[in-house]
Parts: sequence; structure tokens; C-alpha cells
Amino acid sequence: MPRAKQPTPTPPDEAALDADLAKHLLTQMALIRRFEEKAAEMYAAGKIGGFLHLYIGQEAVAVGAMSTLRPDDYAVSSYREHGHCLAKGSDPRRAMAELFGRADGLCKGKGGSMHLFDKSVNFLGGHGIVGSHLPLATGAGFAIKYQGGDQVVLCFFGDGAVPEGEFHESLNLAALWKLPVIFVCENNRYAMGTAIHRALAQTDIWKFAANYNMPGEVVDGMDVLAMRQTMLRAVARARAEKAPCLIEVQTYRFRGHSMRDPAGAVYRTREEVEKEKQRDPIVTFAEHCLTSGLLGDADVKLIEKQVSDLVDESVAFAEASPEPPAEWLFTDVYKD
Amino acid sequence: MAIMTYREALNLALREEMRRDPRVFVMGEEVGLYDGAYKVTQGLLKEFGESRIIDTPICESGFTGVGVGAAMLGLRPVIEMMTFNFSLLAIDQIVNSAAKMLYMSGGQYPIPLVVRGPGGPAAQLAAQHSQSMETYFYHVPGLKVVRPSTPADAKGLLKSAIRDDNPVIFIEAETLYAIKGEVPEDPEFLIPLGQAIVRREGTDVTVIAYMGMMYRALEVAEELAKDNISVEIVDPRTLRPMDTETILTSVRKTHRAVVLEAGAGFAGMGSEIAAEIQEAAFDDLDAPVERVTGENAPMPYARNLELLKTPSKVKIAAAIRKVCAA
Repeated sequence: MPRAKQPTPTPPDEAALDADLAKHLLTQMALIRRFEEKAAEMYAAGKIGGFLHLYIGQEAVAVGAMSTLRPDDYAVSSYREHGHCLAKGSDPRRAMAELFGRADGLCKGKGGSMHLFDKSVNFLGGHGIVGSHLPLATGAGFAIKYQGGDQVVLCFFGDGAVPEGEFHESLNLAALWKLPVIFVCENNRYAMGTAIHRALAQTDIWKFAANYNMPGEVVDGMDVLAMRQTMLRAVARARAEKAPCLIEVQTYRFRGHSMRDPAGAVYRTREEVEKEKQRDPIVTFAEHCLTSGLLGDADVKLIEKQVSDLVDESVAFAEASPEPPAEWLFTDVYKD
Repeated sequence: MAIMTYREALNLALREEMRRDPRVFVMGEEVGLYDGAYKVTQGLLKEFGESRIIDTPICESGFTGVGVGAAMLGLRPVIEMMTFNFSLLAIDQIVNSAAKMLYMSGGQYPIPLVVRGPGGPAAQLAAQHSQSMETYFYHVPGLKVVRPSTPADAKGLLKSAIRDDNPVIFIEAETLYAIKGEVPEDPEFLIPLGQAIVRREGTDVTVIAYMGMMYRALEVAEELAKDNISVEIVDPRTLRPMDTETILTSVRKTHRAVVLEAGAGFAGMGSEIAAEIQEAAFDDLDAPVERVTGENAPMPYARNLELLKTPSKVKIAAAIRKVCAA
């Protein structure tokens, strides 16, 4: 497959990475990892029900991308959205309480794992129908333009959404109307159990951008600095030019599609999974920080302890939160 | 009061609400430059410009989702379906996004959205362009569903729909766009959603009907009056939330009920209204509730078959006579 037109990612700007930023990125990724591991544990313990889609392996995508946003920018995602929600700034205690279906959850326990929303950080939700939130992101971009704002919208979706009609409709409208929407396709190579080459006639997803006359780029999603660098450029461009772009992020989920597919090994080999785990974005970045001298062992250990404590506290918070009262069944059906 | 067509009443409602609230915009296929496929949006582009009257390409799911997303950021979109038949392409956005967003988000994201356009049986448009579309929406908690039968209702209900903080499915009728009626010119004239109206007072039987069926019932009622059968007609106007009180009050007075429905009868609005009446007013009934519905077939093109598909005046009259004879 010729890849001559593929834009090469700009090398990470080492000068821009200081200890504070390194700590921030590592903390966020470690928090998501620990949160997800604990969620899996709580699912096995019967504390969390329904579907639970873990983000483990993909943390650098959400963290690298969100680190480039202003607080008043927007983000929206699919049902694998715990990482995006946390990286946008949501309180992990309230996110965990939502997974537990408790009253203090982000959505009062009514949304659950697939539907985390947090208006306080402009997180427009987790959406459970594949492809359905791409038009919503486009609508958010439309509203920004209508209101004369200069925010941008980050829209995260998987490679599984690309064959959907809404991918085409949304990218076309966003480009046609020049809306500040950054479509971030997290290509983890499998739509549930369907490998990308069994789903797409064109597996270089970034190339779809050319059809809509918008910039398309591909980036290594296991490298948080490359992710951040690409998104810094994309966000600046979207904000300045009021125009969309498509970023294909090459990433990998270490776990199955959901907790009902724990091994995730029917449609991919164990060798492949083990090989990809060697590219663990958190391990890689921590090593980078250590070898470059940005962080010391003590810093990394402290971060691990801090996120572990915060996640434990989140579980305790969720456990302590009451179930939603019966009358909430009928609240929020209509706005008075 | 002014005499105007149903189409003009809708146009006036849109103009008034857009003048009143800069967050209101109209989006859809051919709403701007073309002046509306059915001319409901005629002249709006000229008054409000391209930023608020937005022509879309043909992508119902896409632009309906854009409306939902824009509503999440506080705008108040009016999305036009050129005909409601096309709304099935957008039904995921309407049902899974618009209707459930407030609930899923625990009250954080209301969706003040109107999806409007013509629906219902039309003249020889065949199976895909001539059908009662409300059926697909009134089942859904979180949606409001309006079917306005008169020009005044068209104006007053559309204005209320635009001011409502919830997604409202507003289904007009191309067969009614040219009818004329008195319409209040007061820009604050509103008809609340969820309020039925007694169109004709009577004492022997309550007929519940809306849109074209309501007009057919009025004609039948005049004919039956010659035989001393006094028909009361209740028009629900809003199907969800349904004003069952007005229906029940009428049935408790007449003790008989006939429900008309243009669409296919199986699991239709007639079934729901009949069930509501029997659950709440069984002891007041002197006869079982009759349903007169469209036949359970797609809409045929051939004129003779088309006439057989929707309830005729003969069938309506027979049903009324049947319950009155019981």
C-alpha cells in the first residue's frame, strides 16, 4: 500500500515537555488505567452491571488530545468513554459512582458506563449507538459557529464507526459548513470482533479526509507526546481556520471489546496482543521521563500511589452513595 | 384575527418565534433558496439570512443529529423534514439521541428541538410517501408529538413547540396546507401542548379524531344529525402527552366512543385511546369502544385502492350507528 501522501508526524517537541507537563500526562494516563482496572474488578464483583468497555491500552489518545484543549472546548465520545470523560476533567469519584448506578454518579446513576455526561467540563457524553455521536459533534461545531465562539469540538470514535453512514454525513457537513470539529478516529483495529480489513475497503482511515477536502493525519496513539503534538497542531488549526480535520490514531485495546469478551482472543492472536502490550503507552512514557531525567523514580512512584489512592477513594465514594430514589425513574424524562 | 391558510399560519409562527428568540433557526432540505418544498418557509431566507435559514444536503440523520448537538449547546433548532416519511432515516437521532439525552445525562442536557414537516395520507403518492408517521414516535418517552388540524392550531402549537424545552415531533399534513381559517395575530398566542379540544359538541357519542379524519368526522356528524344522532368530536391535537381528561369527560357524558385513525390499525393510536377509555371509564360505557382505522396494508397508488385504504365516511357512519344502537 503506497503511503507516500501520508503526512509524517512532527517529532515531539522535547523543549515543550517540562516536569509539570510530564507529571500531568503520566498522572492522567495512570489514573485512567487504574480506574479501568478497578472497574473490571468491580464488574467481576457484581458492583457494576450491563456492558463495560475498557479503555486500557488507549490512554495516550484521550490524555494527549485533551491536554491540548481549553476548558471551554468540547469533547464527545462513544460508549468506550471513561478515559475521555476523566481526561476532560471529570471527578473520578462521580464517574465511578455512575458505573455503580448510584445517586451521586455524574448522571444520577441513570446513564451508566456507556453514558457518562458532564456538563461542568463540557463533556457531551458517551453514546451507545456506533456513529450516532458524529452528527452531534457536528451540531456542537455548528452551535459554536452560530454563537460566534472560538471553541473546538473533539469527537472520538472507533474504526467501527467509519463504515457507518453518519461518518460520511458528518464529515461532509462539517467540511461543507466549515465547522471547528476534530474527528479523532481511534483505530484499534477491531470493531468488536471484526478486523478492520474485514470492514473497510480503505483501511488507511486518514485518507477519507481527502474526500471531504479536509486535512487528514495519522499518528501513533501509543505515544502520548506524538498524540499531543498532532493535536496541538489540529486544535490550533481548527480554532484559527474554523474548519474540521480527521486524525487517525493508531492504537490498540489490550482487553476485549467488553467484559463479556474478556480474553479478546477469538478474533486476534495472543501473540498479537502480547506484542502490542510491549508498546504500553504508560510504561513507554514513564521510561522516557525517567531516562530523560524529567522525572525521578520517586516521582513515578508517587504518581502511582496518588492515582491508586484516588481510585480507591472513588470506589469508597461510589459504595457510600445511595441508590437513586424510586421517584427518579420519572424525573428527567421531560424538562418542565 | 385574520383569515389565513394553514401554511401561512405555520410560516407566521416561525417568523414570530425567530424574531423573538435569536437561538431559533430553521434547517432542512430546500428550506431556504427554494423557499420550502411545500412553501412553509417561504420568505424566511430573505428575512433572516443564511445563518439562520440553513439549506442542507440530503442527509436526514446527519442534519437531525446536528440539530440535537446544537440543542445541547443551547440553541433551539427547528428541523424540517421535507416529508415525515424521510424521518425514518433520522429515527436513531430522534429516538436514541434527542428523546433520551435529558434522561441519560441525569438532567444535564435538555434538547429543545422541533422536528416538523408534513405526514399522513396524501393524494396518490403511494406506499413510501403517504403514511401516518406519528406511530413511530408517540411510543417514545421523552418525545412530545403534535398533530395540528387547523390553521390556528398550527400556529399556536408550533409556537409552543418551539418554546418547549423538549424534543417535539410536529407532523403537519400536505392535504391541509391550503385550508383556511381564523388565526389570532397576537405574537403571544400560544396553544399549550397536551391540550385536546372539543371540535363539535354532541350528546350521543364521542368521536376522537385528528387531521383529515377529524374533518371527515365533522361531515359525517352533520349527516347523522339529520337522523337525530348527536356526535361530539374531540381532537387530541397533541398525541403525547395525551389529554385523556378531555376525552374521558366527553365519554362520561355521551357513554359511547368511536376512535378514528388514518393509519393502519394494528397497535395504532386508536388502540391506545380505546385502552385508555376502557381502563378509566369502563363503567360509563354503554357500548364497546369502536375503532375505525386504515387497513393493514401499505398505501397503494391506484386511486380506487387508495380510497379503500383509509376510513371512508360510510365506514365511520356505520361505526357510529353501531355504538349508538348498542
